[in-house]
Amino acid sequence: MARSRLTESNAAGWGFALPAFALVATFIILPFFFAFAFSLTNQRLISPNPTEYVGFQNYRNLLGLGLLRIAPVRDDAGEIVRDANGAPKYPRVRTFTRNNPDYPQYQGMREWFGWRSGDDRVVVLARDVIFMKALVNTLIFVAVVAPVQGGLALVLALLINQKLRGINVFRTIYFMPVVVSIVVVSLLWRFIYDGNDGLLNNIIGALTFGLFEPRDWLGDPGTALGAIIAMSIWQAVGFHMVIWLSGLQTIPPTLYEVARIEGANAWQTFRYVTWPGLRNTAILVLIVITMQAFAIFAQIDVMTNGGPLDSTQTLVFQAVERGYGKQDISGGSVISVILFLIVLSISLLQRWLTRERH
Amino acid sequence: MAVIDPANHGLRLATRYAVLVLVAAIFVLPLLFMVMSSLKPTDQLLNDTSSLRAFLPVGDISLQNYYDAFARAPIGLFVFNSILVTVGTVSLSLLLCSLAAFSFTFLKWRGKGLLLSVTLATLIIPFETIAIPLLLLVSKLPWIGLEGFRIGWLNSYHVQIIPWIADALTIFLFVQYFKDLPEELVEAARVAGASWWQVYVRIIMPLSGPVIATGAILKSLKMYNEQYLWPLIVVQQESYRPIMVGLGYFFQLQVAWGEVMAYLSLITVPVLVFYLMLQRAFIASIASTGVKG
Amino acid sequence: MKSKVLFAGAVSVIFANAAPAQTELTMWYHGAGNEVESRLINQIVDDFNASQSDWAVAIQSFPQESYNDSVVAAALAGDLPDIIDVDGPVMPNWAWSGYMQPLPIDEAAYADFLPGPRGVWDGKLYSIGLWDAAVALYARQSTIDALGLRVPTLDNPWSEDEFMAALDAAKASGDFEYALDLGMAWTGEWYPYAFSPFLQSFGGDIVDRSTYKTAEGVLNGDAAIAFGEWWQNLFQGGYAPGTSQDPADRDRGFIEGKYAFGWNGNWAAVAHMAEVDDMLFLPAPDFGNGSTIGAASWQFGISASSEHPDGAAAFIEFALDDKYLAAFSDGIGLIPSTPSAAAMTENYKAGGPLEVFFGLSEAQAVLRPVTPGYVVAAKVFEKALADIANGADVADTLDAAVDEINADIERNGGYGH
Repeated sequence: MARSRLTESNAAGWGFALPAFALVATFIILPFFFAFAFSLTNQRLISPNPTEYVGFQNYRNLLGLGLLRIAPVRDDAGEIVRDANGAPKYPRVRTFTRNNPDYPQYQGMREWFGWRSGDDRVVVLARDVIFMKALVNTLIFVAVVAPVQGGLALVLALLINQKLRGINVFRTIYFMPVVVSIVVVSLLWRFIYDGNDGLLNNIIGALTFGLFEPRDWLGDPGTALGAIIAMSIWQAVGFHMVIWLSGLQTIPPTLYEVARIEGANAWQTFRYVTWPGLRNTAILVLIVITMQAFAIFAQIDVMTNGGPLDSTQTLVFQAVERGYGKQDISGGSVISVILFLIVLSISLLQRWLTRERH
Repeated sequence: MAVIDPANHGLRLATRYAVLVLVAAIFVLPLLFMVMSSLKPTDQLLNDTSSLRAFLPVGDISLQNYYDAFARAPIGLFVFNSILVTVGTVSLSLLLCSLAAFSFTFLKWRGKGLLLSVTLATLIIPFETIAIPLLLLVSKLPWIGLEGFRIGWLNSYHVQIIPWIADALTIFLFVQYFKDLPEELVEAARVAGASWWQVYVRIIMPLSGPVIATGAILKSLKMYNEQYLWPLIVVQQESYRPIMVGLGYFFQLQVAWGEVMAYLSLITVPVLVFYLMLQRAFIASIASTGVKG
Repeated sequence: MKSKVLFAGAVSVIFANAAPAQTELTMWYHGAGNEVESRLINQIVDDFNASQSDWAVAIQSFPQESYNDSVVAAALAGDLPDIIDVDGPVMPNWAWSGYMQPLPIDEAAYADFLPGPRGVWDGKLYSIGLWDAAVALYARQSTIDALGLRVPTLDNPWSEDEFMAALDAAKASGDFEYALDLGMAWTGEWYPYAFSPFLQSFGGDIVDRSTYKTAEGVLNGDAAIAFGEWWQNLFQGGYAPGTSQDPADRDRGFIEGKYAFGWNGNWAAVAHMAEVDDMLFLPAPDFGNGSTIGAASWQFGISASSEHPDGAAAFIEFALDDKYLAAFSDGIGLIPSTPSAAAMTENYKAGGPLEVFFGLSEAQAVLRPVTPGYVVAAKVFEKALADIANGADVADTLDAAVDEINADIERNGGYGH
């Protein structure tokens, strides 16, 4: 839309925006550029050695991948050696990646994952397996939390949107965890997830009359990330419930009237009346959850430190662990820069996918 | 749908409430566990986690953990520091971020699009990833205060406040809200000869109650609940420490869980009470700013 | 730092015990939240300030779990105090990084000290401790009798076979949830401190101490792999609770009879004796290369930026008095650094209930690798042990640990060795 001359004002525009922008530039953008500069050096947190420019070496160390095809071990007769179950036996990956002059390109790499292909075994090697696991875990976290938290928040909003006496009390309660610190929440949930006599095991045990075998939720690589996801959703879902609720309340009641007269059932009403009215809200909820989810750190720091077996490593946790714990600022900064690029691409993609089509 | 069977209706109503109560239990129980545990000796607290007693004030109930917690750490000081930093940051943030958003929304000036995009892009930089460069930066900045001039911002309140004042989320919230205000108001005021400052103070701000409330709530929660890493590295004197750093006082080799629960309750309950008192405003304001994506 | 000096005058008006002529020395300590420890250290400070008129020490306490982060941050920002408190194995890193200076105190002042509390790096004393810590195998006489076991001694500790037979017997008795509690709930420095001596007894180590340039062969050699497999079996075989152990079980499990044996420090001994009347503190098993435990605890040193190293040294030397060593020992159960101070304590005097720990510390204690690289190596080692306990492949995990330690040494130009 064409703005009138009345709204044109360079001096005033800059003057009003400058205080806040200068602060953002000084305390967020400038340090981020420092971090980017560090990522191109061998900068240590503190060291008597001079800092040197190393180009993209840190990035190569982080992102390096290799593919190795391993033939099974054969005995003198040329037959494949098999174990008791008939599975072929393979030489260990370390025989290729450690001091093997035939495979200098794989020196120092580790097995990330692998699979059988015919009699051979194919192994994907990574120069930094922990980073790769942290990357995958973070993406899983985002991919699960964004839709599930958004969806559950919508379900709660629909529950709360009923016209019932005392409904505000429930609304108040559902929102309550939002105002509690994530550090406090994480400490509390360690008791809930405890493997021996944790509350969750006891509650499930009571509900199943003792049939349920207690689990060590945070100690088992199969459940640890899921447990942290569940807790994170518990803490934040109330916030998004309120945003959905406001979206719901903007849908004109007359539309529901029409749906009822047309004989629509509950699902049809939701599908054709409620959901189309929530489109803008959905975009907002999705973007906010995605941004928050990529930054996951406190839960990991308090609950698992990335374990067991790297099943809860995340990018921000690794950036902090390397930068502070291992005094390797350049290593931590590389992760920060990569994370920034990933989130930037995803948010640009989200914006493109949800752009308003005219 | 046409005929309502009263018995059926009652049953459905009961089911609805049952579902609501069940969900409420999921949200309340962990917090109830915290408060109840803070009243129990550590041994009993740990034994109680294996039964429903965890949620009940049973057994050896006392305020002993609270006395011990106050003896262990200057809790009042930590809470005061956190509140001071929160209030300082939030009030300055609301002022500067709303001014910037006002300019981004209503004024037309060279470089606006670029500045807004750059600002919003900082939304996706997690604080933890820039903490070290930021530390190096603030340790070199000059400061003039009551005690005169000095280099370095460490060990102060302002080092905990100033870097947090301006943030993209608050600016974004204001921009979203301002976009929905009728532009004619601004134009009419300008035609009538009002300055931009007058438009901001007399017209826009009085209409911005909900977004101010939302911004204040979100920022307060962040400043009160989440300030750990930053004060840990920039504040060495106990007199400036906030509550999350104070939590470390309770994690000695032998963790006194009763005292930990008391401390967690002490720092959480004020926020909860504040929330419960103002919950209508909390929810209404967040709702009103979230409507348009 | 400048403003602190300017302020010394103003501060001394507020703190009546500091006469205006005294120069202020700042000091950091890791004991915030520990009332007994705070009282003890404050007592030393008060006594020192009253004992002379040149210096006035002002102390600032930090929570232990974040103390090192605070010091490193302050070093980065150039804002360290005069006197710092440093964990023994971390000292070489801080000294090499250039934020500590050698401690100018006379050798006679610590001639009779145990080896653990002496912080020596590059041939120079940088820090000195008022106490040491030691680890022992906690047991009950009644358990030993019921399982029909021999009581091991310093001269004749259990062998690996005897130790495993003891664990098997405890497991078979069905009286315990687990045979052994290793304290896996205590993440952080506990892992290298408490468990790397097992590795050494197997014949391996965290780094090769002949050069300090590589971990290859010592952390992933045959001895280390044998250690790793033994270690993994403790958890996969159901002898010991793993990494997700509840910290409360660590504190109370042995006392409540959940565990037959415990691997625990002397600082927990007093609390155990109060509730268990037939406590035994046994030496570490010998896995082939002797029975060893870790040495060195918190120590005092001077920051490189201190403008008053003479004053700081005067304070530290003042604090080395036997009466303070004994007071700390009585207050929080630590092992005093000298035999004469030990004789003054409740627990470590001849015939005292913890006398055995003094013997353990004297006879078995081995320092963790004395290198600036220890800070990173310790974290790598901790993660490797946690992963192996959780079922990771032993050889691969140790290889990865070696690679990471070696890469770090290389990136730091060999850490000055």
